[in-house]
Amino acid sequence: MEDYRAPVEVQWSPYSWNGGTVLAVSGEDFSVIASDTRLSEGFQIYSRDFPKTYQLGDNVVLGSCGFQGDVTTLNKVIEAQLKIYDHIYQKKMSCESLAQLLSTILYTRRFFPYYTYNILAGLDSKGKGCVFSFDPIGSYEREVYRAGGSASSMLQPLLDNQIGLLNQTGVEKKPLSVEKAVQLVTDVFTSAAERDIYTGDGIRINIISADGVDIKEVPLRRD
Amino acid sequence: MANPFEYNGSAVVGMIGSGCVAIAADRRLGIQGQTIATTFDKIYPMNESLYIGFYGLATDALTVSSRLKYQLNLYQLRENRQIKPKAFMHMTSNLLYSKRFGYYFVEPVIAGLDPVTKDPYIATMDLIGCPMETKDFVVVGTCSEQLYGMCESLWKPDLEPEDLFETISQALMNAVDRDALSGWGAIVHVIEKDKVTTRTLKARMD
Repeated sequence: MEDYRAPVEVQWSPYSWNGGTVLAVSGEDFSVIASDTRLSEGFQIYSRDFPKTYQLGDNVVLGSCGFQGDVTTLNKVIEAQLKIYDHIYQKKMSCESLAQLLSTILYTRRFFPYYTYNILAGLDSKGKGCVFSFDPIGSYEREVYRAGGSASSMLQPLLDNQIGLLNQTGVEKKPLSVEKAVQLVTDVFTSAAERDIYTGDGIRINIISADGVDIKEVPLRRD
Repeated sequence: MANPFEYNGSAVVGMIGSGCVAIAADRRLGIQGQTIATTFDKIYPMNESLYIGFYGLATDALTVSSRLKYQLNLYQLRENRQIKPKAFMHMTSNLLYSKRFGYYFVEPVIAGLDPVTKDPYIATMDLIGCPMETKDFVVVGTCSEQLYGMCESLWKPDLEPEDLFETISQALMNAVDRDALSGWGAIVHVIEKDKVTTRTLKARMD
C-alpha cells in the first residue's frame, strides 16, 4: 500500500544524454570539424547515421552534442537569429560574431541550460582558421584544437601531444596541413570508438576553406 | 570522503613490448585538491622482474603491497624458486577477494617477465580481485579515460625497449596533464630479461 501521508516526490528529469563526440582543429587557412554519426541513449542505439555538425554559413560549421532535444532547439534559435541578422545587415555573420551570439544564447538559459557541448569552427574575418569551444552555459574561448562531448577526455590529451606538441622536446613546430589534420582526426576517432560506447558507426569530417565546406565520411566500428 | 579512489589521486599504466614489459605511474600523493608529496612511489618491486602498481586509496595500497610481499616471501622460501607473474596475479586476486565484503580500495597493475620462459605479462584487476589479462596495455587511475585515449592511439605490437619507454612515457604524461588529481612527475620501469631500467620523468609540476 502506498503511504499517502508522506509527501510524494515527483521523479522526472528534463534532460537525456544522447552521446556523441565532436572535434575541431584549425590550421593557417583552413579548419576541420568532425563528429561521430551515432545517436544513442543508455544501451540503445537510435541511429548510426546522425552527424552532429551543422553548417551555419559559407565557412562556419557548428559541432553540437549532448541532449539532442536541446541541440535541435538551440539550432532553431541560432538559425532564426542568423535570418534576422541577414535581413538587417544584408550579409552573412562572421565566425567571431557567431561565437559571441552562441555564448549569449546559451547564457540566456543560465538557470535551465541547454544540455549541449558546442564547438564552432570556420574561418575568421581575416580568412584564418578558427575554433571556438563552449561550455553548456556560454563560457567560450578561441583555441587551435578542441574535443567535446562523450569521448572528449580520450581525444584531448592526444591532440595536446600531436598538435600542441606538449611533452615533446626537440621538435620544431611546423604549420599543420589539411591532410595531417584529417588523418589525425580519423585516427583519434578510431581510437575513441574502441573504448567509448557513445562514439562509433562513422565520422563526418567537414573541411572548411575559402572555397567552402568539403565533406568526408569515414566508417567506424559499429558495435 | 565521497569516493576513496579519488581521495589521493593516481595513474598507473602497464604495457607489453617485444620481449619486455613496462610499468609507469605518476608520483603525486594528495588529499583531494591539496598536494602532500611529489615523490610518492605507487609501484612496488616484488622480485627482479616483477612489479606491482596501485591505483586507489594510498593507505590501502601500502597495506596490500606489504601483505603481498609477506606472502610472496613465504612462497619463495617454501618453493625455493621465483614466482611466475600469473601465480602472483592469483595471489593478489585471492588476497583482494578474501576481503570481498570489506574491501581494500585499490586496483592493482601487475607487470613482469616469466622467470623461466621470459614471456612478458601484464594484468589488472578490480578492487575485489576480478582479474583482466591483456596482450597490449592496461590502465588504471583517476585519469583512466585519458590513458585509454593515449594508449589506444600510441601503442603498437612488438615495441623494442627504448620505443616502449617513449610510448608509455608519452601516454602517461599527456594523460595526467589533463587530470587535476594525478601528475607531478612520473616514474617508468622497463623490464627486460637481463635488466630493469628505471627512469624518473621531468614532467609538468602543476
